[in-house]
Amino acid sequence: MAAGVAAWLPFARAAAIGWMPVANCPMPIAPRDHSKRKDELIILNVSGRRFQTWRTTLDRYPDTLLGSSEKEFFYNEEAKEYFFDRDPDAFRSVLNFYRTGKLHYPRYECISAYDEELAFFGIIPEIIGDCCYEEYKDRKRENAERLMDDQEENKDCKMPNMTFRETMWRAFENPHTSTMALVFYYVTGFFIAISVITNVVETVPCGYKSQKDVPCGERYTVAFFCMDTACVMIFTVEYLLRLFAAPSRYRFMRSVMSIIDVVAILPYYIGLVMTDNEDVSGAFVTLRVFRVFRIFKFSRHSQGLRILGYTLKSCASELGFLLFSLTMAIIIFATVMFYAEKGSSSSKFTSIPASFWYTIVTMTTLGYGDMVPKTIAGKIFGSICSLSGVLVIALPVPVIVSNFSRIYHQNQRADKRRAQKKARLARIRIAKKGSSTAYLQTKRNGLLNELLDLTASEVEQQHLNKTSSLLESQHHHLLHCLEKTTGHEFVDEQLFEQNCLEGALQPYRSHSRTPSGSSQDGRTGTCCSRRSKRGSTPTPVPNASLPALHTQPHMLTHTLPQSPGLQELSAINIQCAEQQLHSSSRSNLNMQTNEVDRRNTRQQLQQVTTAIISVQTPGTGSSTEEDDDSHGLPNPGASVVTTASSNIVRVSAL
Amino acid sequence: MSSRRKKCKRQILKFGQNVVRFITGTLSSDTAAEEQEQAAQRHRPETIDCLLAQTHFTKRELQILYRGFKNECPNGLVNEDTFKNIYGHFFPHGDSSNYAHFLFRAFDRNQTGFVNFEDFSLGLSALLRGPVEEKLTWVFNLYDINNDGCITKEEMLDIMKAIYDMMGTSLNPRLSEDTARQHTEIFFQKMDKNQNGVITIDEFIECCQKEENIVKSMYIFENAI
Repeated sequence: MAAGVAAWLPFARAAAIGWMPVANCPMPIAPRDHSKRKDELIILNVSGRRFQTWRTTLDRYPDTLLGSSEKEFFYNEEAKEYFFDRDPDAFRSVLNFYRTGKLHYPRYECISAYDEELAFFGIIPEIIGDCCYEEYKDRKRENAERLMDDQEENKDCKMPNMTFRETMWRAFENPHTSTMALVFYYVTGFFIAISVITNVVETVPCGYKSQKDVPCGERYTVAFFCMDTACVMIFTVEYLLRLFAAPSRYRFMRSVMSIIDVVAILPYYIGLVMTDNEDVSGAFVTLRVFRVFRIFKFSRHSQGLRILGYTLKSCASELGFLLFSLTMAIIIFATVMFYAEKGSSSSKFTSIPASFWYTIVTMTTLGYGDMVPKTIAGKIFGSICSLSGVLVIALPVPVIVSNFSRIYHQNQRADKRRAQKKARLARIRIAKKGSSTAYLQTKRNGLLNELLDLTASEVEQQHLNKTSSLLESQHHHLLHCLEKTTGHEFVDEQLFEQNCLEGALQPYRSHSRTPSGSSQDGRTGTCCSRRSKRGSTPTPVPNASLPALHTQPHMLTHTLPQSPGLQELSAINIQCAEQQLHSSSRSNLNMQTNEVDRRNTRQQLQQVTTAIISVQTPGTGSSTEEDDDSHGLPNPGASVVTTASSNIVRVSAL
Repeated sequence: MSSRRKKCKRQILKFGQNVVRFITGTLSSDTAAEEQEQAAQRHRPETIDCLLAQTHFTKRELQILYRGFKNECPNGLVNEDTFKNIYGHFFPHGDSSNYAHFLFRAFDRNQTGFVNFEDFSLGLSALLRGPVEEKLTWVFNLYDINNDGCITKEEMLDIMKAIYDMMGTSLNPRLSEDTARQHTEIFFQKMDKNQNGVITIDEFIECCQKEENIVKSMYIFENAI
């Protein structure tokens, strides 16, 4: 039921007593109002600003937050008020809705903020009053367009595995994606320009031949023909390539640009096919006119042209109206002028269609003067005609102009947004990186923290507690739980990639392996293969186990990499190994190495960000860390995580 | 003949005025003056103490009543169209405009065309808080369309038709042509003691007070406010 109507219900019920005497049957019992709440003032505290209203005002709309028992969740016992932590300015409109029954949309409010407020208070935006509904819908549409634009741009991002055809299509549609595409774009543009200029220059008279002005086209036939052929060849190749690359060939062939392309190159081929037959040469000459359509190919190169075309399309109704009203006026005035000038002798107004020309020329204020009225009546009507022409033409023009301006500005905004997007993405990435760095940093410190808990060092603990807020520490705990759940650890992404590329490790393979060090499994991928090549030292037994480690300390042995995931593990290990290689070019594992290794471990872990290393779950064996001779791979159940942590514990204990 | 000529003259004058306005460019400024006149109507009710004396409501109830009334009609007056509109919201199935018209007439004691707060509160007071006689008197006034002190069969038929109109058409059992008429007949049989074809107020009150159902039904809306 509508708003204010609810307030009249008691009246309607009272008036129902009028039916009672007429009734034949006894009446049903009236519902009792159990919650015998007297009308009281409710205080609504919205972010400090207190609003007060009667309880019954809010009860008018029982399906909203304030009208139902949902508001009891926000009741503050001590202050005996309802507290909402929302924007007080937006709340004004919400409360006014209860009071007056009409929801208004304040113009200064951001549309999405307003929508959120409405959603929070359980009010559907459709009941916005007529006075504000248009504005609301317009703003909402604008916002939706903006968001849609953003999403479309996101889709443009490079997808990892695109076929050759898809790449080519993308190159055609967005020339700025690759250099080749850009080159192609400019070359085609250049040839379009050449072709158009050629067409134009062809008709310029240059030189005489047998007392007659001869256009350049006839004088230098061969040159022009060659130029034309070259251009058409380029256009044909371009069209065929586009046709090949198009995701939906049928749709491409139906599109406007493709039709323009075809129309641009067809006359040439038709001309080739037709010989110098006198009969058809007239038709052939007409066909040459279509060559001018090549200029429309420029619309792929110029955004302004596209906008113009789009504007004209969107203003089709205004243009139609303009045309229709002009036609009406032309017919009216032509008829009037014809009959007015009928009397005068030697009048040029021989028929009504002949007067059309006069009317058009006059209404558009051209006034060639080839036809002028001579009678007085003709002159009077002629002047009325020209005055009204100005009016009729001037009316739809502002509409078209405003449409053009709106579309143009929208395009500008889109371009700006695209430029800003890169900066925005970079900022977002930095923020994300920051948070993940923080986690891994805390992990290291956190582990230290656990240790400190054991050693009960008060001062250090306090210091560590200060550095991370409760929110942060809870977040880090959550990530830690995730690590423990999956059995994998977060690792520095940068180093992960770097080591993937550099790779100094022997390959590991799946259990269907051959002992040769250089043979690669498809699964290991390029990174490991490169790694393997670099890291091939004497007798790299692929699935070397523990003892091998001792002999080849700078190589990590991986056992039973049954999943490609293990190669990622090798990455982390590689990174550790890399450092080691750089720092110590030892080949033997000894105590000193161990120490250095440990130190290096510490160093490396300082640079971690996020990448996931997949540690082999227990049962499939585990790979080794650098300093492992002490506790290398004691049991399959040991995951690297524990070894790592135990390593680190070791380190700190030192 | 002369009236026609007068009309013609008036129209020519108006046309001449319009032409002058057309030339001077003030053609559309006419409506502004009209608008000002319409908005000026307001009504302020008597003081609350005065109303307290006249009605059976408590002060609190009057306050609540007035607040609701003023909220819906800021200028203090309800006209018939608004009334019909509001009443129509409660009965979406059929057409309640006829009954709303009768109701409006019943509330608008002075036949001013507007219901102000006094009318409103007095009517409600009689209906909700008054003794049985007062209620029955009010209902009698509702039925008596021409205020001549007695209800004829035609008046009753009108009222009955209006009530049935509110129901709409899709009913069970189905509505027949004669339903309203039959119902009126039954009613008259009950009420018209001396069978003279009209029901006076005394007959009405007497009969209704004898009927147990009717008396009980008068009180079911006690807690409407």
